This record gives sequence, structure tokens and C-alpha cells, in this order.
Amino acid sequence: MKVKFRIRRFNPEVDKKPYWGEYTLDNVEPTDRILELLHRVKWEQDGTLTLRRSCAHGVCGSDAVRINGVNKLACKVLVKTLDLKDGGQVQVEPILGLPVVKDLVVDFEPFFDHYRAVMPYFMPATPRPGDGRERRQSPEDRARFDDTTKCILCACCTTSCPSFWASGEYVGPAAIVNAHRFIFDSRDGATQERLNILSEESGVWRCRTIFNCTPACPREIEVTRAIGEVKLAIQRNGR
Amino acid sequence: MDVKTHQFDVVVIGAGGAGMMAALYASRGAKTAVISKLYPTRSHTGTAQGGIGAALANLDEDHWEWHAFDTVKGGDYLTDQNAAETLAREAIDAVIELELMGLPFDRNPDGTISQRRFGGHTNNQTKKPVRRACHAADRTGHMILQTLYQNCIKEKVTFFDEYQAIDLITNDGKVCGVAAVCIDDGEIHVFHAKAICFATGGWGRLWETTSNAHSLTGDGPALVWRAGLPLQDMEFFQFHPTGLYPVGLLITEAVRGEGGVLINDKGERFMERYAPTIKDLASRDVVARSIYLEVQAGRGIGGKRYVHLDVRPETVNRYLAEAGEDRRVDAAYILSKLPDITDFCHTYLGIDPTKSPIPIQPTAHYGMGGIPTNLDAEVISTGAGTVVPGLYAAGEVACVSVHGANRLGTNSLTDLIVFGRKAGKAMADYARQADFVPLPANPAGKIVAEIERIRKSSGKTKPYMIRQEMQKVMMDHVSVFREAPGLQKALDTVRELKSRYQDDLAVDDRGMRFNTDLLEAWELGCMLDLAEITTLSAMERKESRGGHSREDYPKRDDVNFLVHTMAYPEKGGIRIAHDRAVDLSLGYQPAERVY
Ligand SMILES: Cc1cc2nc3c(=O)[nH]c(=O)nc-3n(C[C@H](O)[C@H](O)[C@H](O)COP(=O)(O)OP(=O)(O)OC[C@H]3O[C@@H](n4cnc5c(N)ncnc54)[C@H](O)[C@@H]3O)c2cc1C
Ligand code: SF4
Ligand code: SF4
Ligand code: FES
Repeated sequence: MKVKFRIRRFNPEVDKKPYWGEYTLDNVEPTDRILELLHRVKWEQDGTLTLRRSCAHGVCGSDAVRINGVNKLACKVLVKTLDLKDGGQVQVEPILGLPVVKDLVVDFEPFFDHYRAVMPYFMPATPRPGDGRERRQSPEDRARFDDTTKCILCACCTTSCPSFWASGEYVGPAAIVNAHRFIFDSRDGATQERLNILSEESGVWRCRTIFNCTPACPREIEVTRAIGEVKLAIQRNGR
Repeated sequence: MDVKTHQFDVVVIGAGGAGMMAALYASRGAKTAVISKLYPTRSHTGTAQGGIGAALANLDEDHWEWHAFDTVKGGDYLTDQNAAETLAREAIDAVIELELMGLPFDRNPDGTISQRRFGGHTNNQTKKPVRRACHAADRTGHMILQTLYQNCIKEKVTFFDEYQAIDLITNDGKVCGVAAVCIDDGEIHVFHAKAICFATGGWGRLWETTSNAHSLTGDGPALVWRAGLPLQDMEFFQFHPTGLYPVGLLITEAVRGEGGVLINDKGERFMERYAPTIKDLASRDVVARSIYLEVQAGRGIGGKRYVHLDVRPETVNRYLAEAGEDRRVDAAYILSKLPDITDFCHTYLGIDPTKSPIPIQPTAHYGMGGIPTNLDAEVISTGAGTVVPGLYAAGEVACVSVHGANRLGTNSLTDLIVFGRKAGKAMADYARQADFVPLPANPAGKIVAEIERIRKSSGKTKPYMIRQEMQKVMMDHVSVFREAPGLQKALDTVRELKSRYQDDLAVDDRGMRFNTDLLEAWELGCMLDLAEITTLSAMERKESRGGHSREDYPKRDDVNFLVHTMAYPEKGGIRIAHDRAVDLSLGYQPAERVY
């Protein structure tokens, strides 16, 4: 089938302001991924179209974009899921709330700064076991934070969050998800420090439970639920 | 063009598992920088699914010696036995170290790290599969990558994210730095360093059907080659038996480890014929060839080029019962052990693997060859093992050679951690006693000229045309089975494509900022170099061993070819020599490989 692409273009080197580029592709299969089609536009029609990508199957988190107004990984969206008619149109834009570097590429530094700010690393609660082996953890304790270990830092959640759009100071759901992963890990001993960071002005209380983030997550993490658990932990002064 | 210069004791190129492990260790003793063309968490290590191999013996009796032997046998005896020993011995401590860094492994009821079966890993006495693959669901690589990045943040490792290395700089034959382009603004930077480590991963994008990321274009081996150094065992590239049909993305061996079986169009579990003892859990080269033969014999599903991987509980339980095992599985168990696989099947095919079988075909997966190193991750320049001072390599890009002619599943992640750590320690030691080799005059002159040539190229051939032709010819003639006429055709095609790449390239984007059009074209140059070397190496190995199967030489030939291939760059071309001996120090003599 034939599909039209309407792609938000902006190269600050040459363009005064952003514009919509329009491209038509023939011989599109229902099982084609949007990433493949963006590649076809770039390779066959206009090499200047710029995007990030790597793994092509939804695990590296490189290619978050807005497809028909919704945050998605371009490599995880199949044409057939968009309900297009022959000659139908797909609109692709950069994710919102981060500065555009060029076309679909945004500046991830502010996003990673928020991530780094929540101590996203293991701070052991106990010394190394004397037998030179692993720390033990029960399957139940391990299951407690399983959901939030799945995060690939794609920014789909944070850049769909109205509170983040309103203020880039807000650490955003992705950072909270990653804090959750450690706060609820029974082996970790820095719960209080993380809760202190997240109860600051820029922390969890900026979340108004608007719920945009959860459906945006391509890893199906229950983002709002994780945020709720962190809020509760702050109120209870511990996990 | 303006060139910025930085100085570090140690520069690591690549931020996957190997690169970050090396960086963590190096930065504890030396001023270290990591440069990576991707944000570290985007590296391909994050896609590794099934597990990391170590003889922890948490569930079954196991010994590092068994792991070492399986590695040697899996590698069809081309594995260096001293390297297999290092890998298997140090694996245990390496996996424990990851756990202590916070890695959330799955757990056994007693709280120890959970382990499962994987192809080619056996109890050496009973020959039955052993549970050796330590895992975190089916996203073990993701957890390793995240955990290492988290620890790098904790230890304040210096990163240059989205900087792409494009030249290895030497002065009078001595390694002294790296030139890299800052992707964001297109500026060229020179990193002056005492020690440099390549950890740039694989090059599966040489082939049409692959499990590898778009970014795996073999930049590292190409840079080393262009600096006048050899590459080892490049003909050995692993085709993983179970790539999702038709996209090629990987369906982990853990599916078979959990009890999944391969079924042909007649409903037969055909691996019973090819590997009577461990069946579907035979080594990857064996399974990939079996699938290929089934398809050739017209037993692909509906006559097409794929077979089924069946992990429906009723199928798994039937074969478990047949094997006399007590264990039974249900859909919830399969889902909990293979959540990502379930998601892939759902997203890309619209099927639920607990209800329908998964269509699969072999897919280009892993480079056993690469930059030759010794056990301390030092790069060597001759078959005799001459060390190149200050140059290191670790991870998939390196050839120690621990994987020989065919890598066992779970051994790459182990390799990254064990040899990444060795590289980091060795570089910190080296930097302490070595001086900087001065940079040559105009260190980036040649590479800036090459980049400008590509930027301004105005021929008629777009990079994707050359790339697709290369990928197709490599898939047709340099994949699971090979023979002389096909290899010759591949070589001729690749050479013709190289000349078009030089003379007729067309790049659209002339800008500086985030110019991926230019960088993709540059990467294509790397792939063409590696395609030529791979094909020539394959032509000169006139036997079948592991991942290299010659239809015209179907037998393994230990008299003439129990030796590594070295490809040397020489004026006017490539010289292939079989001058690097295989280490046999554990005393495992080549035997026929039956599974
Ligand atoms: C789908 C899949 C599943 C797998 N599952 C398993 C498994 O279960 N168990 C197992 O043991 N192995 C598995 N493997 C193999 C294993 O994951 C890889 O071999 C391994 O992760 C490679 O790690 P690495 O650190 O060498 O390189 P990578 O993780 O690929 O990292 C390469 C790094 O180099 C950087 N880089 C590349 N070129 C340049 C350049 N020019 N300049 C700057 N930076 C550059 C990249 O940015 C990246 O950071 C799997 C592989 C795949 C594809
Ligand atoms: S639930 Fe909170 S974090 Fe999620 S989108 Fe709404 S405000 Fe943002
Ligand atoms: S929580 Fe989900 S959407 Fe947010 S960054 Fe992580 S993976 Fe992406
Ligand atoms: S390209 Fe990796 S997530 Fe889409």
C-alpha cells in the first residue's frame, strides 16, 4: 500500500523555524515498522532526515518519537496497528519537552541529569558476605521491584507528562521509576537519601497523577503505580 | 577544520558491557575517558537475553573444568584452551561481582542466583544439560548494561557520549591516540592517550538477516586494520538458529532451555535426528545447519524458509514426560521466565507463544573473530604474539580466542566481564609506568580529508544501495554454508562495491550538525573492508569447522587447519596466513563433535 509521511523537520544550521516535510512511500507492508519506513525516507528520498536508532526491536530506547500525537518507539509500531487506509497519513514529530537538536533528535542531557540526580545506583545495606558468594535475596523480595528494573530510559513517559512540560525542573517519571528500583530493593541501604531527594521541590509532589506516563511506557511498566509507592514511602518515612 | 585535543591516560572506545567494565577498573588507577557513539545504555549488550554462563553450581553439580571443556568443544577445538580456562575459572567470581554491584538476578528459593540450561553446556560425566546460565528473566544483558552504567555514575567515570571514533592515530608505528567526531556538532576531537581499548562490539550488519543493531558496523576492527594491524578468524561468524521470521530479531536459546523444541513441517522434532543426546540444546552451529538442511529438504513450514519453535506448555510437557522428567510447566511459568520474548512475538507477529509456535530462521549473530589479543587483553600484531604497546581490545570485538569456531550461548556476557576487567586492570598498570607517545604533526589530517571527501561526494550511488547489495551477497554466499564459487562471487561483488564507494558515492547531507547521513556512509566503508577480509579468510579455510561450513570441504581437517587464520593488511591487498597456533594447554585433544 501507499503511505504518506508528514515529518517535523528542523535543522538549526539552515532553517529559521521548524516545518513539515511530506514524503510518500509505495509498497508499504502492514508488518513494516515505522522505523523501517523512516529509514526508507532517509535512504531513498532525503538523506538529511535525522533520527536516532540502534537495536530496532524496542530494547535500547533510542527512537522515542511522537507518532500521530502519541509517544512511541518507532521500531515497535507496525503499520497495521495505525489503522491506515491506502494512501493514509502518518505524522511523526520529536518528543516534547526536550530541546530539538535536529529533526527527530532531541537533547537528552536534561533527561539524564534528572536520572543521575536520584542516586540510580546500588548502595549496599550490608557488607559483602564473608563466604565470597552473592548476597542472598528471596524470590519475593526480588519480585518487589521487578517491574521498575525493565526501564530502558527512552523518555516516552517523562516527555508525555504535563507536569514536566510545565516545568523542566521536575525530575519526571523516568527518574522516579529508577529511584523506585533501588528504594524497594531489600539489599539497598540508601532508601532515606533517595526519599529525601524525591521529596524536594523538584520531586514526586509535582506529579498530579494525570496518568499520561503509564500508557506511554513501551516496557509496560506501571509508572504511576511506582510513583504512588514512592509517595507512600515518603509519607511513611521508609519502604 | 578546527581540531580539539584532550589528554587521558586511558581511552576506552565503546560503552557496552566490555567497555564499561574496562572503564570501571581503569578509572580506579588512571585518568580514563570512555567515548561511545551511542549513549551507554543504548549499547547492544542491553539486548542480550538468556544469561551469563558461570559454574556457580547453585542448582546442579558443576565445575569450572566442565565449563572450560564445553567451551573448547563448542568452539570445535579452535578455542585457545588457556583462554577457555581463564574464562571458566574467573566467570564464577565475575558473576558474583555483578551481583555485589547490585544486579537483580532471578533467585532460587534459597536466595542464591537462579540458573538455567543453555545449548552446549553439559555435565561432562552424564553428557546431559546442566543449569549454568545465570539470568535475570530474559533481559540479562539489559540488567548488566544498566548495572554497569549505574556503577560508572557512582564512581564518576568520564564519558564522551555520542562521540564516534573514526581513526586510530599512530606515530612512527606506535599507538598514541584516537580521532573522534562529536556527533552533535560535527567537530573532530583528538584524544591523546597512553592506553587505548577497543570495545566496539560486533558487525552483524554485514548480513541481510541479523539480530544485531543498526549500529553494529565493525568500526573497531576496521580502524585497527587501517592502522596496519591484523584481524583474526574473521571467517567465523555465528548464525544463531532462532531468529524471528522474517525480521531476524533474536529468540533466545533460553526458550529451548526452558523446554521449547524445534518442529518441521511434518511435525517432527528433527533435532532428535541430528543430535540424539541433547537434541534441541546442541551447539548453535549444529542447530543452524540442521534447520537449513530441513528447509533445503522441503520440510520448512508450508515449504517456506522457516521452521517452528514450539514452547506451548502442552508440547513442552509432552517431551518432558517422554524424557522421564518430573518437571511440568504452564503458561504462567513460561510468561514469567520469558516476558520479553512473549512481548516480541506479540508486537512483531501478533502471536502468543504459549498458544502458537514461533516461526524462526537462522540469523547473523556473533563474530567469533576480531582484533587478536592475548589473555591480558593486549592486542597482538603477529601469529607469534608480538604485543602492540598501549593497545587493548575486549568483548565481542576481540578475539582471545575463547570462542574458537563457534561461541556457546551465555559465554559472550561472561567474556565481556572477565576480559573487560582484565583490560581495565592491565591499562591502569600500563599507564602508571608508560609515557605518552607524542602525537604526530597534524594528527587528524588524513581522516579529516576522508570525512570531507564523503561529505562532498556527489556521485550517483546512495550508501543504502551499496549496503543492501553487500548484505545480500554476504547472506547468499558467506553465511551458514559456503563453497568456492559462491565465495568468489561474493569477493568480486564486494570489490566492485568498494570501487563504487570510492568513486560514485552520493551523500545528501553536507552539514555539520548530527550528520548521520555522513556517518552511515563512513560506517559502510568499515563494513566493506570487513566483508572483503571475511570472504577471503573463508576462501582460504578449506575445511568445515564450527560456524564455517564448506560444502566443498565438508570435513574438519585437523592436520592442516587446527590453527587460527590471520589476515594481514599489505600493500596492494590482504595476506591470509595460518600462523597463529591454537593453545592446547588443558590437554583436550580434538575429537569428533557429537551432541
Ligand atoms: C539479541 C542478542 C541476544 C544476545 N544474548 C546473549 C546472551 O544471552 N548471552 C550472551 O552471553 N551473549 C548474548 N549475546 C551476545 C552479546 O550480547 C554481545 O556479544 C555483547 O553484548 C557485546 O558486548 P560489547 O561490550 O562487546 O559490545 P556492545 O554492547 O555492542 O557495545 C559496543 C559499544 O561500542 C560503541 N561503538 C561502536 N563503534 C564505535 C565507534 N566507532 N566510536 C565510538 N563508539 C563506538 C557503541 O556505542 C557501544 O557502546 C546476544 C546478542 C544479541 C544480538
Ligand atoms: S502521573 Fe505524574 S508523572 Fe505521570 S504523567 Fe501524570 S503528572 Fe506526570
Ligand atoms: S519508565 Fe518506561 S517510558 Fe519511562 S523511560 Fe523507562 S522505559 Fe521509557
Ligand atoms: S531502536 Fe532500540 S528501542 Fe527502537
